[in-house]
Amino acid sequence: MTIAALNSNPAPAILPGSGGMRGALSDLFWRRPQLLLLLMLLPPVLWLGIVYIGSLFALLAQSFFSIDEFSGLINRQFTLKTYGDLLQASNLDIILRTVTMAALVTLASAIVAFPIAYYAARYARGRWKALFYLGVMLPLWSSYLVKIYAWKLILAKEGILTWLLAKLHLLWVLDAWLALPVVGGNSLSVSFTGTFIVFVYVWLPFMILPVQAALERVPGNLVEASSDLGASPGQTFRNVLFPLALPGIVAGSIFTFSLTLGDYIIPQIIGTSRLFIGQAVYSQQGTAGNIPLAAAFTVVPIVIMGFYLWGAKRMGAFDAL
Amino acid sequence: MRSDRSQSAPVSLKIAAACGLLFLHLPILLIFVYAFTTEEKSFVWPPPGLTTQWFAVTWNRPDVWEALSLSVRVAAISTAIALVLGTLCAAAVSRTKFFGRETISLLVILPIALPGIITGIALRSAFALADIPFSFWTIVLGHATFCVVVVYNNAVARFRRTSGSMIEASMDLGADGFQTFRHIVLPNIATALLAGGMLAFALSFDEVIVTTFTAGQQQTVPIWMLEELIRPRQRPVTNVVAMVVVLVTLLPILFAYYLTRDGDQIAGSGK
Repeated sequence: MTIAALNSNPAPAILPGSGGMRGALSDLFWRRPQLLLLLMLLPPVLWLGIVYIGSLFALLAQSFFSIDEFSGLINRQFTLKTYGDLLQASNLDIILRTVTMAALVTLASAIVAFPIAYYAARYARGRWKALFYLGVMLPLWSSYLVKIYAWKLILAKEGILTWLLAKLHLLWVLDAWLALPVVGGNSLSVSFTGTFIVFVYVWLPFMILPVQAALERVPGNLVEASSDLGASPGQTFRNVLFPLALPGIVAGSIFTFSLTLGDYIIPQIIGTSRLFIGQAVYSQQGTAGNIPLAAAFTVVPIVIMGFYLWGAKRMGAFDAL
Repeated sequence: MRSDRSQSAPVSLKIAAACGLLFLHLPILLIFVYAFTTEEKSFVWPPPGLTTQWFAVTWNRPDVWEALSLSVRVAAISTAIALVLGTLCAAAVSRTKFFGRETISLLVILPIALPGIITGIALRSAFALADIPFSFWTIVLGHATFCVVVVYNNAVARFRRTSGSMIEASMDLGADGFQTFRHIVLPNIATALLAGGMLAFALSFDEVIVTTFTAGQQQTVPIWMLEELIRPRQRPVTNVVAMVVVLVTLLPILFAYYLTRDGDQIAGSGK
């Protein structure tokens, strides 16, 4: 557009207000962007604030109530008695068992995830990259219960794993393992080993993705430089790759750790009768009707995750998410 | 970055990565075989015979259809609510800097960052305190709350890539706010919303932990499956339902991936 064309048809410097309700509203929002911002934020903040934060506070408040042991009614007076109940030996056992399981699951997921993430980040290109991406994404989004069900089929006594081991004449290994005190049991589907395998399987994609994201940022020539300077592959891994991948591993471990702490369905379907935190919460609020103790139990994972997140943040894990 | 890209991986790494991927995929494939087995009572492998009769049996089960219909209705309405709330929140957070912006992001992510059991029991105890009976809407309330985050993530990523000058240009050319939204903003974010909506649908369709606390006596498909897992009544029907559920959840994920694959952030990486 030339200057002449502009001058021949001068537009008024200030446009007249648009007509009608719609126009008036539109003008108002243009003049006062703060108002529009407020209107946009109000529905989601109200929803999440009332439905979610409100419920959370209601729950936390109830952990300070106590249950009357004779009538089974809830006594709505502030007390720390319920938190005292949490320190009973049987309840401490549950907490310790869950935290140990979460730590082991996290460690195992990191070990299984690393080769996949490293291959996808450094060697996979083009179609292979997409294939790897979908190869992690599809199991991540597949139905949680179907995944557990699949493992019930695999670990059952008459299932495919026993069949495979029998074909390989390795059944004695399985029997020897099941005869062990804590990790064993009647069959894999009613043992801690089974619970552990299913936890690792279900949370593995949550570990792969952040580790891969961290490894994508490691320049390939850094690894080459390390080997040029005479490091063995093991030394390169220990001194170059692992420290650079660590924020990603910590980021992934937030998911594996937190999800294991809160899960109550996997140990219920594949596992022993000894409880995990999630199961304790579920049975306390359901059959036992002891909402205060259930609420106090949920505070445990919240506090553990609070410390965990604080530590993870200091290690720079959030940049890898 | 010259020669290092063409060099191939050590064999041990290839084997470890391949084993890891097989570990992720074989169990799901196994479900497809079991859907055709003739064995009714146990999980015996190898299947003594193959049959398609269980598909007909499942088709004629009213309880499966009821659960499916409830799941689809809950997922559809939760997705619709999440789309509105997530988009509004994403638009507000990405277009302006304001006090408490970080808090809003945290607020959106919290329902999915904390273990599901906490969300579930918090909602249940709140319903109990407020004397709200369990219904279709209590399920929707829970689902919509954690579905907001997937829509939000997708929409925020797209808003960041959409340049603000297009909106300014539209306004300069005389369009009012609503016209700008309809003709400029919406076409730009449409595919991101579609992808986010599909992920939200898949998330809601599959959710079980929060639902066990907010459903009362009603059964969604995951609750139906959980019931069968704890007290198996008809294993062949469960096998067929499991296979159908895998297929139903995979299609939206593949489509969401296809919609956003050219972007800087691909949908679904943060469940």
